[in-house]
Amino acid sequence: MCATCGCSGSAVIWSPGAGEPLRAGGDGPRDGTGHDRDRGHEHGHDGQYGHDQQHGHVHLPDGSHADDRGAAAGQDEAGRTVALQQKVLAKNDEIAQRNREWLCERGIFAVNLMSSPGAGKTTLLERAGRELAGRLAVSVIEGDQETALDADRIRSAGCQVVQINTGAGCHLDAAMVSRALRTLDLPRGSVVMIENVGNLVCPALFDLGEAARVVLASVTEGTDKPLKYPQMFRSADLVVITKTDLMPYVDFDAARCGDYVGQVSPQATMIHLSAVTGSGMQQWYDWLLSRVPAPAADGVPRS
Amino acid sequence: MHELAIAEGLVDAVTERLPGTRIASVRLEIGALSGVVADSLRFCFDLAAEGTPLEGARLEITEPPARCECRACGGDFAPDSPIVLCPCGSADVAVVSGQQLTITSVKVV
Repeated sequence: MCATCGCSGSAVIWSPGAGEPLRAGGDGPRDGTGHDRDRGHEHGHDGQYGHDQQHGHVHLPDGSHADDRGAAAGQDEAGRTVALQQKVLAKNDEIAQRNREWLCERGIFAVNLMSSPGAGKTTLLERAGRELAGRLAVSVIEGDQETALDADRIRSAGCQVVQINTGAGCHLDAAMVSRALRTLDLPRGSVVMIENVGNLVCPALFDLGEAARVVLASVTEGTDKPLKYPQMFRSADLVVITKTDLMPYVDFDAARCGDYVGQVSPQATMIHLSAVTGSGMQQWYDWLLSRVPAPAADGVPRS
Repeated sequence: MHELAIAEGLVDAVTERLPGTRIASVRLEIGALSGVVADSLRFCFDLAAEGTPLEGARLEITEPPARCECRACGGDFAPDSPIVLCPCGSADVAVVSGQQLTITSVKVV
């Protein structure tokens, strides 16, 4: 774990029971900050993109590259102002875009599943894994700060799973997901669920390369969640209200919550369900199945 | 505290563009709808910059207001909160600007 800032370079990606974890941060030389600068914050699909991960060039917003460092390195006059016009998260966005292309080429539908801790992401995936068996292959990338407890639950449900432990990190980033994807055997026409770290703030900012963003909120969290965390709900393609079996016991106004979702995220579809009783689950499956690319025809090898 | 990861990204982006160059200040634009808190970013930047050519650099942050277009009435407006609602009452709006998180320039020592 990075002692200075707890940054994502320390993430550990592993398949519990399948040997030693992979350390996403690598073992490269460290600089004075304790940051692993050579590859700790960027990982690719090792050559699958034909992209050299080490050369550290910068993709400018206009699509050009800033490789001509000579003009910059060591030639700056003191006090000179250098215009950059660069997105701070450009590197994450670039890796996310490569993830997206990689998934698209392979006919895999990736979902970025986000919610506060305890909203029911893992329970939803467990039930979906069991009930979709034979109809849709569901693989899961599990993001948690620590432990493989959720990965164990998902595996018991019959899904292929890889665990990312972010340590002090509060969200997944595109580089972690890039590396985790490589460890899974993802068939064409399948879905990969990226269960983000439970957090309604930070994950909103980090594109992972997903095809859809799904935000969960449970009825126990209160009606006004979408208004309190508009940044998260704004980018949602689907909002899932979970734990509806608890409606008789809590003060949750489903209609009002629906209005709030409409205010911050008018484009989002909404589903109400209970992964305990099964109510509403079919709608979730219909939503998923309608978006997954067609599986390869017989005899066509998986790519 | 995603500002920590963002501060890291900021330091990495500048050191990649200007390797080995000591930096005196960094100009940043943080849009009103970017989801980033300027004060948190300042705090994290000092940590992330430690031991790099950006150590001690000043962060000059501007926070341009957001601009939206309403799809219902066609009007242009600047939302006054993170919940983007047109004065006409519609929530069906396109965010034209205000989500940016951009390094505009740096000053070399």
